[in-house]
Amino acid sequence: MSFEMLIAFIQQSLRLSSTLLLGSTGEIITEKSGNLNLGTPGIMAGGAISGIVGAYFYTGAVETVNPLLGVLITLLCGLIGSLVVTLIYCFLTITLKTNQNVTGLALTTFGVGASNFIGSLINSKMGGTGIAAFPEIGKAYRASLPFAENLGWFGDIFLSYGFMTYLAIIIALVVAFVITKTRIGLNLRAVGENPATADAAGINVDKYKYVATCLGGMISGLGGLCYVMDFAAANWQNNILDQFGWLAVALVIFAVWRPNIAIIGSIIFGALYVIGPFLLGLSNKDQELIKILPYLVTIIVLVIISIRDKKENQPPASLGLSYFREER
Amino acid sequence: MKKAAIELKNITKTFGSVVANKNVNLTVNRGEILSILGENGSGKTTLMNMISGIYFPDEGQIFVDGEEVVIRSPKDAFDLKIGMIHQHFKLVDVFSAAENIILGLNEEGKYDIKKAEKSIKEIADKYSFEVEPAKKIHEMSVSEKQTVEIIKVLYRGADILILDEPTAVLTPQEAQKLFAVLRRMRDDGKAIIIITHKLHEVLSLSDRVAVLRKGEYIGTVETAKTNEAELTEMMVGKKISLNIERSEPENVEDRLIVNDLECISREGVKVLDDITFTARSGEILGIAGIAGSGQRELLEAIAGLQQVQFGEISYNNPKTKQVENLRNKTPMQIRELGVRLSFVPEDRLGMGLVGNMDIIDNMMLRSYRKGKSVFLERKAPKDLAQHIIEDLEVVTPGATTPVRRLSGGNVQKVLVGREIAASPTVLMAAYPVRGLDINSSYTIYNLLNEQKKKGVAVIFVGEDLDVLIELCDRIMVIGSGRITGIVDGRTATKEEIGLLMTKSSGGENNG
Repeated sequence: MSFEMLIAFIQQSLRLSSTLLLGSTGEIITEKSGNLNLGTPGIMAGGAISGIVGAYFYTGAVETVNPLLGVLITLLCGLIGSLVVTLIYCFLTITLKTNQNVTGLALTTFGVGASNFIGSLINSKMGGTGIAAFPEIGKAYRASLPFAENLGWFGDIFLSYGFMTYLAIIIALVVAFVITKTRIGLNLRAVGENPATADAAGINVDKYKYVATCLGGMISGLGGLCYVMDFAAANWQNNILDQFGWLAVALVIFAVWRPNIAIIGSIIFGALYVIGPFLLGLSNKDQELIKILPYLVTIIVLVIISIRDKKENQPPASLGLSYFREER
Repeated sequence: MKKAAIELKNITKTFGSVVANKNVNLTVNRGEILSILGENGSGKTTLMNMISGIYFPDEGQIFVDGEEVVIRSPKDAFDLKIGMIHQHFKLVDVFSAAENIILGLNEEGKYDIKKAEKSIKEIADKYSFEVEPAKKIHEMSVSEKQTVEIIKVLYRGADILILDEPTAVLTPQEAQKLFAVLRRMRDDGKAIIIITHKLHEVLSLSDRVAVLRKGEYIGTVETAKTNEAELTEMMVGKKISLNIERSEPENVEDRLIVNDLECISREGVKVLDDITFTARSGEILGIAGIAGSGQRELLEAIAGLQQVQFGEISYNNPKTKQVENLRNKTPMQIRELGVRLSFVPEDRLGMGLVGNMDIIDNMMLRSYRKGKSVFLERKAPKDLAQHIIEDLEVVTPGATTPVRRLSGGNVQKVLVGREIAASPTVLMAAYPVRGLDINSSYTIYNLLNEQKKKGVAVIFVGEDLDVLIELCDRIMVIGSGRITGIVDGRTATKEEIGLLMTKSSGGENNG
């Protein structure tokens, strides 16, 4: 691998890593409240397609696209879209106490399917060429600091990305801080570990679950948006996001429920996912094989935490369970 | 002059069609310890949960310091300075003591765990508790956890304390320590309510006793003016004899011989070490010890569910007069050897019965292999189920009701009934009366006694030392996976056993 290729490889890995990092940071918040949201791939697809819808209407309404406005509109649409999808999950699992696994899986099917439908619809409205692309907005998302190009390899590796890459890391660090170092974080962890205890301690369990899951869903949704706007430069493609959604869920386990470890994990996962084309001479099937590696690594991590059996590295004790107060 | 801290008037609570509390009236004063006495299912805990905001009463009024209040959530209760210490501790395992104590509080200022740890120390010193604020809950013994629970409510400024069966998991010595603390709090002017079904505790600790029966309030009496018999009668509604009949062992033979047994748990900890004893036919061998001292592993090792590292388990077959080796055989292999071993595990609905299956299917779990055809033979298990329901007076809508829906006592009757129906030669029962009311408990004791008379070697793991002393012929005490003594049930005292329980256990960190 030449030096230029190495730099390109690092850049690609980091670009993809922000999608995974946002997805899994959101899922970590959700899981800390005891909700196992397997709807994350659907929510990420929902966030992404909402951004595309925003871009479609915005670019259709104006003559010249204002990059800043384009970014803001698509961000807002992405957040609202993922919030709406997450609210379905919250209402079903928290208020109606449905089974979280089934609800989550159904939501993934729904989110991916609905986003495919809307994507194809926009596609046909735009002339049916098979692409729904918004190059101006993609460019705005990918804009890096102007002086980054003058700093040689340092600029290429650390400063050549759009704002989402940095935002993802900042969000992960903030979430890690809130979870471990604040009162809200303590209460949230208590809800996920032992909701009856949290309830008896005067914590509003349902409120914490709602807020954590919605916030988590919105952050995951940003991950989907990040992929489609930044990595894919505002090109919509059907059926691409669910695999990143599952990678994000796997990353939660890899990171043992800690967003700061997820930062490193997301880069490793991203690197394993994009490395195929950089290893010259690999056939198509071998490249696909390499894409499985993140899952293999996750299984190894699972086995290791299971063997070490340290209480602190286990999933939240009530993960996946609904909480009924008046149960006898 | 004593002031009423809490007054309940005509409190009623129903769950679906089940009436948990009906027209309960109750008063507790400041500077007094009130016991609430009642059998399981008499609505004690439900009543207290309404004071602490977990449940909301359907009817009735609650007064605190003379003013009517509405308690809709635990937070409301804290605001009224009411704190409850639940029977099943409400603690987060992976948090430290301090983190658990400040959980859910909205204190002024920034989140500062060090500051909280300091104020916890102060409270602990005031009432002479021992606590390490930074220690994680999962590393604590049961009594340490209870201390954390008590400090938790004190930290919130509670001056009305409710304790739900606080001594159920403590050794006699630990219970005495707790009582001393409670008395100190009472003298400090706090109102204390303690829920229990142990009569001797009621008599030694409380100032007044309120009795509930089947959700109804029976009355309150001054402790000094009552006695065990009167309280029992109030509690059960009829006179019952509290003596367990203990016959002399007959035809005693060595049945099960355990020699130098050693087991290592999955976590790599030595859970049993150097265990040597003999269980004899026609005799009840009691096993006493702090919870988690290796009782479970010992029974599971004998039943073939726990890997044995070292030592022997042998069985004298009364039919063939042969000695069979049981070590590291599966339950299936043990049965094939013709060893009739019955096991009533402590985890009834986890290891003993399948909660979602009905009584008939649960009977079949033990017998389905006898069937010859591809289809299940349901006739015999159905008869057996009917038989058990009638003989043991199991309260159930029918034999096809999932056992999960039955109350604890009835679940236990089904399980014990099934195990006894296999006409065992060795019967092992772990905490068979846990969570059962007095009547059901005595049914179980009588069943064990009957088996003993039939010449079965009975091994009984118990937690109530009074019962162990009354029921068992010999009592083996385990501490930290080692035998600390085997005493005669007819001459042993509670204090003696209590001391053996903590002996050589290297502190109390094995809970």
